[in-house]
Amino acid sequence: MNVPTDLRYAKTHEWIRSEGDTITVGITDHAQAELTDIVYAEPPKVGAEVKAGATAAVVESVKAASDIYSPLSGSVTEVNAELASNPALLNTDPFGQGWIYRMKASDVAEIDSLLTPEAYSAQIGQ
Amino acid sequence: MSDPATLKHTPLEACHLASGARMVEFGGWLMPVQYTGIMDEHRAVRSSSGMFDISHMGEVLVEGAGALEWLEQLLTNRVGKLAVTRGQYTMMLNEKGGVIDDLIIYRTGEAAYFLVINGACRDLDLEWMRSRLPSDGSVILKDLGDDYAAIALQGPDSEKILRSLYPSCEVPKRNGIAPLVASDGSIPSLVARTGYTGEDGFELFVPVAQGNGEALWQNLLAAEVKPCGLGARDTLRLEMGYPLNGSDLSPDRTPLEAGLGKFASLDDAAKGDFSGRKALETQRSKGLPSLLTPLKLTVTGPPLRSHYPVLSEGHSVGETCSGALSPSLGKGIAMAYLPPSLATPGTGLEIEVRGRRYAATVVALPFYSK
Repeated sequence: MNVPTDLRYAKTHEWIRSEGDTITVGITDHAQAELTDIVYAEPPKVGAEVKAGATAAVVESVKAASDIYSPLSGSVTEVNAELASNPALLNTDPFGQGWIYRMKASDVAEIDSLLTPEAYSAQIGQ
Repeated sequence: MSDPATLKHTPLEACHLASGARMVEFGGWLMPVQYTGIMDEHRAVRSSSGMFDISHMGEVLVEGAGALEWLEQLLTNRVGKLAVTRGQYTMMLNEKGGVIDDLIIYRTGEAAYFLVINGACRDLDLEWMRSRLPSDGSVILKDLGDDYAAIALQGPDSEKILRSLYPSCEVPKRNGIAPLVASDGSIPSLVARTGYTGEDGFELFVPVAQGNGEALWQNLLAAEVKPCGLGARDTLRLEMGYPLNGSDLSPDRTPLEAGLGKFASLDDAAKGDFSGRKALETQRSKGLPSLLTPLKLTVTGPPLRSHYPVLSEGHSVGETCSGALSPSLGKGIAMAYLPPSLATPGTGLEIEVRGRRYAATVVALPFYSK
């Protein structure tokens, strides 16, 4: 499984990419492989307040709906509109075109509590 | 989930693991839910061929001079309509008219009937049947559930594949059954032209002994038949509107409420009494309290699942039972017990998913046809 080295990870299989104070959030390659064919994504609304560890989005495979937890607290600034018409991007490009939402973090210190790529790789057993 | 120690294992488990299956608990069995992916498997069955392990289903042989009369009292459809080698869909009801199980019965001999029952209710079904056996020995019931491995070969290419694997096999007509190959012992191998996908196909029953099931699986794999799991089995059957016992059928709902009245021979003078008949007649004269209704989202929305509220003009009128995203239609589909006044095709309703309401309409079955 791909675990890019420039990202940080939540134990619940989300990733974040920091660019200044803008944070992009998605799910990992491991998560998409476990979920299998993703057929629907429900991102948060722009402007929504999200809390670290609380449900921010839902993705659904044919078999099951899965909550996506926000890795950080803050407010949602942008959502990936492409996912509405092409939710399979979450499977095919989870770290790129399959991103779910962007947010402004209210406390960037929370990033320190997220897993490093090495720690996340260890968690998923590789 | 059931206690892993009590989970039942199919004789084909090693085959599933070798094919990369994801295994899940289903009705007390450890079964493959998917291999490469549900969408992929679903499409294979619609366009070419796929195979499903159905070894969890129960097989019951009913024989004897009193078999026909006894089965007429046990089941809703008129068994006497069946010529030897023919099969029919039918149901076993409790005295309230509720569905204990839905099943297929094949007549395999002059006084021999082969019943295929749902895996999740094998024990309950057998208990119900045994408790009603006549004491004079005129009906002999044999539980062959653990003696058969069973594989459903489904899809438009099924006949071609069956003929290539068994060139001398008699290929049954739709809903028929035939001996598959000469078998070694007391349990015959059987091939039935039935299924749960809406496609042409066969259900193959082979004695579990000596690895017959695994050999059949390997032969089908070599013929490039795609292994398919319970996930695709569910989307395929729901697109056709076939009910799933435990989800769409229950001991508290009658076949009339489930829209399966044509499989209950209430107006056939030759049928006579059967368990649940009085309740069905009462319900028919008084009117149905609800009707199992096919619903389709008219907007892009999430896959539908069980227990989502269904609304009419803002008021809750029921909830979904079976639901899915139809891989063929790309839309959410579901079944729901609704007041009969709302069950007419074209009726506009809403389905609520995580607090959001999505427009839906009542449709006629099947949801999908080629």
